[in-house]
Amino acid sequence: MALRWRTSPTGPSPLGAILSYAILGFWTFVVLFPLYWLVITAFKLPVHVNEGPTYIPFVDFAPSLHAWRYILIDLGNDTLRPYLNTVIVGVTSSILTLIFGAAATYGLSRFTYRVRLATVLVFLGFVVLAALGIQLGAPWQLAVAGGLGAFALARGAVLRRVGGPRLGNADIAFWMISQRMLPPVAIVIPIYILFQRLGMLDTRTALVVAYIAANLPIAVWLLRDYFRTIPLELEESAAIDGANRYQILWRIVLPLSLPGLVATFLFIFVLAWNEYLLALFLSSAKAQTMPLLVAAQNATRGPQWWYMSVLILLMIGPVIVLAIVLERYIARGLLLGAVRG
Amino acid sequence: MRGLPPVTTPQRRGDAVAAPARRIPWSRAALVSWADRQAGAVLVLPAILVILVLSIFPLLFSLYLSLSRFQPVSGGFRIHFVGLLNYRKLFLGSEREHFLGRLGESGLIGWLAFVVLAAIGLVLLWRSLRTGPLNIFRLAGHSVVALASLLALWLAVRTIVASGGRPGTLVVTWVYVFGGVALQFLVGLLLASLCAQQLPGRRFFRVVFLLPMMITPVGVAYTFRMLTDTGKGPFAPIAHWLGYANVSWVNDPWGARVAVMIGDLWQWTPFMFIVLLAALESQSPEPIEAAIVDGANRWQIFWHITVPQIAPVASTVILIRLIEAFKIFDMPNVLTGGGPGTATESLTLHAYVLWRSLDYGTSAAVAYSLLFVVTFVGIAYVRLVHRRLTEAL
Repeated sequence: MALRWRTSPTGPSPLGAILSYAILGFWTFVVLFPLYWLVITAFKLPVHVNEGPTYIPFVDFAPSLHAWRYILIDLGNDTLRPYLNTVIVGVTSSILTLIFGAAATYGLSRFTYRVRLATVLVFLGFVVLAALGIQLGAPWQLAVAGGLGAFALARGAVLRRVGGPRLGNADIAFWMISQRMLPPVAIVIPIYILFQRLGMLDTRTALVVAYIAANLPIAVWLLRDYFRTIPLELEESAAIDGANRYQILWRIVLPLSLPGLVATFLFIFVLAWNEYLLALFLSSAKAQTMPLLVAAQNATRGPQWWYMSVLILLMIGPVIVLAIVLERYIARGLLLGAVRG
Repeated sequence: MRGLPPVTTPQRRGDAVAAPARRIPWSRAALVSWADRQAGAVLVLPAILVILVLSIFPLLFSLYLSLSRFQPVSGGFRIHFVGLLNYRKLFLGSEREHFLGRLGESGLIGWLAFVVLAAIGLVLLWRSLRTGPLNIFRLAGHSVVALASLLALWLAVRTIVASGGRPGTLVVTWVYVFGGVALQFLVGLLLASLCAQQLPGRRFFRVVFLLPMMITPVGVAYTFRMLTDTGKGPFAPIAHWLGYANVSWVNDPWGARVAVMIGDLWQWTPFMFIVLLAALESQSPEPIEAAIVDGANRWQIFWHITVPQIAPVASTVILIRLIEAFKIFDMPNVLTGGGPGTATESLTLHAYVLWRSLDYGTSAAVAYSLLFVVTFVGIAYVRLVHRRLTEAL
């Protein structure tokens, strides 16, 4: 084994190998030490934290479950509720993102779209008009219906005959993916005002809706490759056998791209799980998620590191497991995305 | 599966099979066939609507907010259009020290730094201009980039290196973005090229090195807050020995910024690492084998064969990280709370602080300034660097 490793074209010399292992080992330490510190702090008594650092359990200090008991039993529901919120919001928003994202990506990879730019602009114009109407006191049902009706009318009567530039599939895909560039802070205040007006602040629904919008670009970006690898012949033969588009998507395309769907789902789930900025704006108490709970610790109780460590471990446990499961998919997905830009 | 009745779905209107289904206008078959013909729109519309309603429309509304004064009144709010007043406040008025920073008297070192960096930048731009056809658009583009980077550099030098100067949130964000991304790229590249070797156990390193990227940023920030505590953290003895006992790094402006950048480095090096590693592993082995036969050394192989092969991917990860790094928020907000003072505040955090004090208009103006800077940097990078590196192959 050692012989092969030395003579292989990209294998290092013994000295190079030692140096490589030294650097890799150092970075392993850099990565793992903060996690180690987190774990041991979760088992320390306040006295072992406050009297200066102690490093090795059983030698430096006697591990104690007091912090875990406090967080999980004494605080029971106060910990459980944010945890459930995070799970529910994460799962729901990821499933919906995946549905919308998969449908859109499939559409973009199999149909040809040629949308008139004028149609899009007119639609946006009616959205703005409807918003102004609501602002001026019109009931929102009426404004939405009126706006949609006017748009349908305009589309049927005028826009069909208008020329002008058209947007193709590549433009639509680029537009969707480029939304990821947008700093969330540039759109969060209007979203906050929107949910405030709808009386939906501090609800899980508001978070789910916001997360769908935030993660949809990533879903489209990652799924494009998986749909591209499915042979067209299978879909064509299904169409000849009389399946309609939805049946083809549901019975052939989705099962074949299942690994990609699962990987994308888990990746979006991690993003939703970790999300902080939108949650900070849109929720406070009832819909509080774990990142908010952890971030709020300092304000309410000061740095009680032992409790904090337990909460952080509860929060990051699932994503660490997912990271290990996802390792292969992430590398592949990100690389393919990066190569195409 | 229960299955629908075997419906024949015509793809073209004149299809003979379609005729019976069409006779009854509201039959199920007709409905299915209609839905089938609309499949293209049905599939794409939900996603488009979500993005329009929750992304494009808020973006336009934010622009309007940034040009107005927002007043909450009972049962709603009132918005007055005030023009560029919010931006004036940021660039000239009461928020100026917070946003741009305080200009100091730059000494010799400051001017030297400015001249050297400006010269390097201008030479690079000049060379980039010379490599393509000379037309008015490229000339204008390069001039705008040159002017903007000179201005940015001047602001950075006058607030960072100068005595009595203090960088505002704009400059601090630049430090996080450019300093952070450069560090993350270099460390990621080093680790990836080490892991790409035929070393036993590299699968272990790959999994471990990936971990930080997936961990909740809020958790990372608190963990680093524990680690940088000079009284109770693990490095307290070292700090004590160096004479920093009980002086938290986080109370010193640059100490705090470095702490934020280290947290960010820890979290985001994995992204660079994982993508660059995949790129290194997918490069074709033939040129390297040929170069070894020709007697090239390791460095020559890396510089002349590997670097050109991974350049497009490297350029793309840098672009992605540049854009993402501008959004930095969790780390400074949790690790330092933006402090000491406003020393570690990023633009997003600045906007958040303003929003919390109900100054929605100025908050939106900060957010829009951020959007403008991100877009400018993104476009300049794509035009000047990215396109060249990806088209070289």
